[in-house]
Amino acid sequence: MIRKIILAAGACLGLSGGLAVAAEGAFVPHTTDVAFSFEGPFGTFDRNQLQRGLQVYTEVCSACHGLQHVAIRALSEAGGPQLPEDQVRAYAEQFDIFDPALDDTRPRTPNDHFPASGMENAPDLSLMAKARAGFHGPYGTGINQLFRGIGGPEHIYSILTGYTGEEKEEAGTLFYENTAFSTGWIAMSPPLSDGQVEFADGHDNSLSSMAMDVSAFLMWTAEPKMMARKQSGFVAVAFLSVLAVLLYLTNKRIWANVKGNRRHA
Amino acid sequence: MAGIPHDHYEPRSGGEKWLYRRLPIAGLLYDTLMIPTPKNLNWMWIWGIVLTFCLALQIVTGIVLAMHYTPQVDMAFASVEHIMRNVNGGYMLRYLHMNGASLFFIAVYLHIFRGLYYGSYKAPREVTWIIGMLIYLAMMATAFMGYVLPWGQMSFWGATVITGLFGAIPGVGEPIQTWLLGGPAVDNATLNRFFSLHYLLPFVIAALVAVHIWAFHTTGNNNPTGVEVRRGSKEEARRDTLPFWPYFVIKDLFALAVILAVFFAIVGFMPNYLGHPDNYIPANPLATPAHIVPEWYFLPFYAILRAFTADVWVVIAVEWLTFGIIDAKFFGVLAMFGAIAVMALAPWLDTSSVRSGRYRPMFQWWFALLCLNFVVLMWVGAMPAQEPYATISLIASAYWFAYFLIILPLLGVIEKPLPQPATIEDDFNAHHSPSTGGAPVAAE
Repeated sequence: MIRKIILAAGACLGLSGGLAVAAEGAFVPHTTDVAFSFEGPFGTFDRNQLQRGLQVYTEVCSACHGLQHVAIRALSEAGGPQLPEDQVRAYAEQFDIFDPALDDTRPRTPNDHFPASGMENAPDLSLMAKARAGFHGPYGTGINQLFRGIGGPEHIYSILTGYTGEEKEEAGTLFYENTAFSTGWIAMSPPLSDGQVEFADGHDNSLSSMAMDVSAFLMWTAEPKMMARKQSGFVAVAFLSVLAVLLYLTNKRIWANVKGNRRHA
Repeated sequence: MAGIPHDHYEPRSGGEKWLYRRLPIAGLLYDTLMIPTPKNLNWMWIWGIVLTFCLALQIVTGIVLAMHYTPQVDMAFASVEHIMRNVNGGYMLRYLHMNGASLFFIAVYLHIFRGLYYGSYKAPREVTWIIGMLIYLAMMATAFMGYVLPWGQMSFWGATVITGLFGAIPGVGEPIQTWLLGGPAVDNATLNRFFSLHYLLPFVIAALVAVHIWAFHTTGNNNPTGVEVRRGSKEEARRDTLPFWPYFVIKDLFALAVILAVFFAIVGFMPNYLGHPDNYIPANPLATPAHIVPEWYFLPFYAILRAFTADVWVVIAVEWLTFGIIDAKFFGVLAMFGAIAVMALAPWLDTSSVRSGRYRPMFQWWFALLCLNFVVLMWVGAMPAQEPYATISLIASAYWFAYFLIILPLLGVIEKPLPQPATIEDDFNAHHSPSTGGAPVAAE
């Protein structure tokens, strides 16, 4: 009975995958899979990569985009870029903020948030890596994300590297062809190019490498407690597994009298 | 409590006797915990405990979340991010609450379908069934309003679509919709009242759960054979049952531990798996998402809602017969609520004298098809409203109604049931014979 239901459900899911493919429209956005260090239950952020990503974000993206939900002090917290506190303080001071108490602007402190987007049509990037799904497989079940993530950082990487060089003008706005964008044409001009940012340690600054770094950084801004969360998950699963084994043995022992020898029950 | 004869609580010490004369609460707890339970219950009888756990989990995490959440349209989204980033353990509380809702619905669907297969809704358990359906409705309302609170894109547009259903009621629809929303559209007033009700309804559910348990403790549990516990004497009852503690408490806790291990793996390693990425975009009344999809647990009924479009002959006929009062939109709403109503009426629609599906050879096939149909409805509810999904959802919706309104009444007349065991004890001993050393034989 149960087996029949499972088989039927499996057949149904298989069918849904086939139909989903058939129903796709003409343009299918392409998401490149990147093997990020933070994927899967054991994945962790690469601290150096997050620091490089912060530099790319600060020198390039922050010209238009903001990170309004992220406190600057988070840069020194565990599980993130972990910059020294004096560096975080110096970083914060670059950005001014209007303080109603002073009725004037003042430099930001680590307890302030990153500035919001400076351009009206540039979305805030705090949660971008969670607000886009790059992967839905297999068969639309999305179960792959246990090992590969939902594909949000891959989506950002694919946008940054997905420009074909084609442009078109529509109603006075210039659009750029991008193989990763939902419609294929994006209003953002190509933001990043080879060698645009110089890293202090001379790390690879090709477009692809920098795109990976900033995508990883934006995954961290979207989910700053990811490493703590995974650790909690492991502890919980480990304790519950031990508890389950103990309860299984207890249950077996309790029922042994009832099930094993009814004459003496 | 009435029902199966068993030993009741007797106060022994002076303190117990003192309390017992004033408030027999120890007796109530003792009789609840030691209730005689059919000893042949299988693993599908564990979902009640899982559901009770879910309710407690949701209330505890929810109360703490409410301490940090702000129900105001300009601050709600940011306050959720504040919980995720700044509140100690806030990310865990919120992910537990978010995924806890999904565990709640997985458990309730398995619980409901267990009841449908083993005939747990049949006399004398109709009241238990009806209260269960009320709990399910309250759960749906609570989950829907909870999903609105983070004030993301799906929150806002989900609220717009679902409250729009009430607008489809002829005549009084629009005033009702305005009254629900607190204004002409989903806005701050809506968010405030949804927050208030989202906090209130779980306690209504808790009260209904108490009555649900009271009802089935009065009738006794159903069991996989559907054969009633013998009540002639304490000795007879003792041969069919075991006390709830420790036999079923430990069994249920074992199952709960296994389920929670999987649950915590999802919360720890893929907490957003069952959510929609669009809800990490702040609500924007000016930008409609490409696909507005409800949470997975609403999809079967969402599919039924959308199935009855204006070009379906039943809808055309009804619209003509009612002089246009019941149009396609209202028909869809009626179908959606009707789908739950026919399920609630199952005790009176099922004419078979045999309770358990185990002894109903034809019923088993139709029931398996109903389970498959439910999965199809869930899948098709997530698909865009176009062919071939429209036809599939129409067929699947029709089967849902046919199962309850045609198949259940007819089967009782035409089906020839298999022989049932005389007692629960016979069934139990057939599965756990002493000669096989107590190794359980496969249940189905």
